[in-house]
Amino acid sequence: MASNGIRDKVAIVGMGCTPFGEHWDKGPDDLVIESTTEALAAAGISKADVDAFWLGTAMGASSGLTLSRPLQLVGKPVTHVINHCATGSESIRNASYAVASGAFDVAMAVGVEKVKDSGYQGLVGAGRPPHDGTGRTLTAAAMFAMCAPAYGKKYGVADEQMREVLARIAWKNHYNGARNTRAQFRREVSMETICGAPLMAGGLGVYDCSGVADGSAAAIIVRAEDAHNYTDKPIYIKALALVAGNCSGNADPDYDYTNFPEIVMAGADAYAQAGVSDPRSQLAMAEVHDCFTPAELLIYEDLGFAERGAAWKEVLDGTFDLLGDLPVNPDGGLKSFGHPVGASGVRMAFEAYLQLRGEAPPERTIAHADRGLALTHNLGGYPGEMVSFVGIYGNELG
Amino acid sequence: MSGTTATFPSDPLRDADDDDQRRGIISVAGYVPYRRLDRSAIHATFGSGGGRGTRSVAGYDEDTTTMGVEAARLALRSAAGVSASQVLFATASPAYLDKTNATTIHAALRLDEDVPALDFGGALRSGVGALRTALQGNDTALVVASDTRTGLPTSSDEANGGDGAAAVLVGGPTSGPLIAECLAAASATEEFIERWRAPGSTRSKQWEERFGETKYVPLGTRAFKAALGQAGIEAAAVDVLAVCGMHARAAKALAAKLGATNAAAADDLSATVGNTGTAHAALVLARALESAQPGQVIALVVLADGVEVLLFRTTDAVATYRPARAVADQIAGGAAIAYGKFLSWKGAVTVEPPRRPEPDRISASVAGRTEDWKYGFVGSKDRSTGALHLPPARVSRDGGALDEMDAAPMADVEGTIQIITIDRIAYSPSPPITFAIVDFDGGGRLPVEMTDCDGDALRIGDRVEMTFRKLFTADDIHNYFWKARPVPSEG
Repeated sequence: MASNGIRDKVAIVGMGCTPFGEHWDKGPDDLVIESTTEALAAAGISKADVDAFWLGTAMGASSGLTLSRPLQLVGKPVTHVINHCATGSESIRNASYAVASGAFDVAMAVGVEKVKDSGYQGLVGAGRPPHDGTGRTLTAAAMFAMCAPAYGKKYGVADEQMREVLARIAWKNHYNGARNTRAQFRREVSMETICGAPLMAGGLGVYDCSGVADGSAAAIIVRAEDAHNYTDKPIYIKALALVAGNCSGNADPDYDYTNFPEIVMAGADAYAQAGVSDPRSQLAMAEVHDCFTPAELLIYEDLGFAERGAAWKEVLDGTFDLLGDLPVNPDGGLKSFGHPVGASGVRMAFEAYLQLRGEAPPERTIAHADRGLALTHNLGGYPGEMVSFVGIYGNELG
Repeated sequence: MSGTTATFPSDPLRDADDDDQRRGIISVAGYVPYRRLDRSAIHATFGSGGGRGTRSVAGYDEDTTTMGVEAARLALRSAAGVSASQVLFATASPAYLDKTNATTIHAALRLDEDVPALDFGGALRSGVGALRTALQGNDTALVVASDTRTGLPTSSDEANGGDGAAAVLVGGPTSGPLIAECLAAASATEEFIERWRAPGSTRSKQWEERFGETKYVPLGTRAFKAALGQAGIEAAAVDVLAVCGMHARAAKALAAKLGATNAAAADDLSATVGNTGTAHAALVLARALESAQPGQVIALVVLADGVEVLLFRTTDAVATYRPARAVADQIAGGAAIAYGKFLSWKGAVTVEPPRRPEPDRISASVAGRTEDWKYGFVGSKDRSTGALHLPPARVSRDGGALDEMDAAPMADVEGTIQIITIDRIAYSPSPPITFAIVDFDGGGRLPVEMTDCDGDALRIGDRVEMTFRKLFTADDIHNYFWKARPVPSEG
């Protein structure tokens, strides 16, 4: 592969994550103060001990001042990163590289998004650059909705069967989210309710779409050899992969909307970095970008969790359930957490951190934590034109 | 021939082959928008107004400019190999004031920079005025007339108006074969207040009907007589008589007094389309020429603050002339619209919008850079691999070659729907919106917004064609671009 990776060179030694939800009484300043305070406490350090900061936030901020002002950081470098829905993961990725390079001893990655102040339903992006008015006006829901009939047609899954498969994914994530105190939605939702929900776009109902929430999460990153100075249970970075697609899918008649090539490539890179040859048996869990249920279905195949054309059956078999062979989104996913864009990737890492350290509550503990590896994944954009991040974390060196 | 002085042949029967001064019609096309309002729905809602038959309704994404583009495309498609050297656009409902609307049509047709594009704005008379001006000029002129007609709910204007456009390609024999030669153009002009509308208002007003009738009938009689004199023919020689005007009563009275005893009345489209105002004379002419025989004299009499009379004689070429899409077929192909939707499209009522931000205005400079794409729907094609790029790209997705592309005009290329998605939450002036992934014949793919259809009725594999539309308006700037619509079945 093209990347060398930084396997086992850096480790996460403390994390924080706010509850996700409609924080009408909290602004972005409050959210970053909460998440960073928790992360610093977990690592047993103060903000003065952190040498550099990476801030991931996608909707509104345009500089590191969005973090340095509320935290009153003095004389510290704060880098603002943004990369669609991979923004949070980008803060981890870039902070990790900075520590691995030797430029800093201690770095913090912070993701935050304050979504619910826009007054609109759904995500409202920051101001677009001036444009010629010829771009698509579709919502993300409508774009991802196209994947379901395309998949069904290619693999012979009837519409009603497909409806059940997608509902099963939503059902699973809400089941998990019901067991997570930080989740926005903490109720199980029945298959009947999911299937009978009002349509939003294409065949996707309300429960096929992620929620909309505010939130923040943060991670302290140090050199691997220093990790035990901070914690007995460091989480080592095994792989960090990112692909920004060339956006050819929506212009290329050969693209069939049943896979996301950017995810396939990011996954292959990450597996090579981490030395993973069989993700299905080697991963203890995965947090994937379930912005819409068809996305999660395709991701299973793109990341090698299931054979091509077989993921829909594995969904029905419970393979990806909390106690399944490969639990996916054990924390409840975007479905239960909503999607504060800059925070989501760090929130996923937080679940990997909890599960691999054995700190998830009993009602949400996965069956195969002993495998020692957890994957997080983001996609940002749309079928045919997206960025994709894949990270792999482990609780042991080597 | 002088460019400013009207010159018509004193002997209309002289040999055509050695006469460069004949002017006439090379092609003509009408554009009738897809939706039809059943007039009885008005009475059913309000207990008054309405009537029998239907009227045409411009889509929420159409205005006089976009309908003009569609008519102009059809007229040019019906005249293969002929290029326009002038565009004259007439409407009483312009999308812009100050800014020229004809330049948008010019851009959508991808005409050369040295082709002037000029607006004839404001008055209903400007439609026939532009046609007359072109017939008396030297250019191969594309005359485009377009209108959307409004009125207060239950008004006669609401029920009897129609939306539509027509385009007439006018020239001499050297421009292309004429399907109809102009024999005469006569005018009678007088200042009187009969119908008027304040700029920006959607409500026209009218003086007491009898007054207009007493003005129009004598004016029309005199202009008609003058035209017959120019052409050197008698009224009995007229084969088809089309009397157009918003004043229906005066038009009817005048038609009975012209002495055209052998003439068949042209279909005035009132039962199906309604009166399309500025566009109507050209639209009626387009319909009449679809069923005309060679050697017929057609009289076009237009009542608008005076009377314009144009006399045409069809040529042998009319026998083999096939319009790209006949007005008759378009009338037959429409679909109903609910009265409530009609009222919201016309701005008479405001319905709840999706709770999404409204779009921001487009950038003039960005749109200027992408003119070929935005207005002309021109992609780019990799010279070596043939990979088609929509929108156009400099670097090929297939092999990465830089600036090794040819322009790929796609506006007239049909395509096939691969995937359909109905978006119930996106912003639209008339939600929900339907998008389709369209693969174009010969290569190229684009997710495009569908129009002139019901999203639920679309199927994978349906054939579509591109149509020029207005996506939205922000800061008074109209955002024009292309959508797809189902290819109409042949009438």
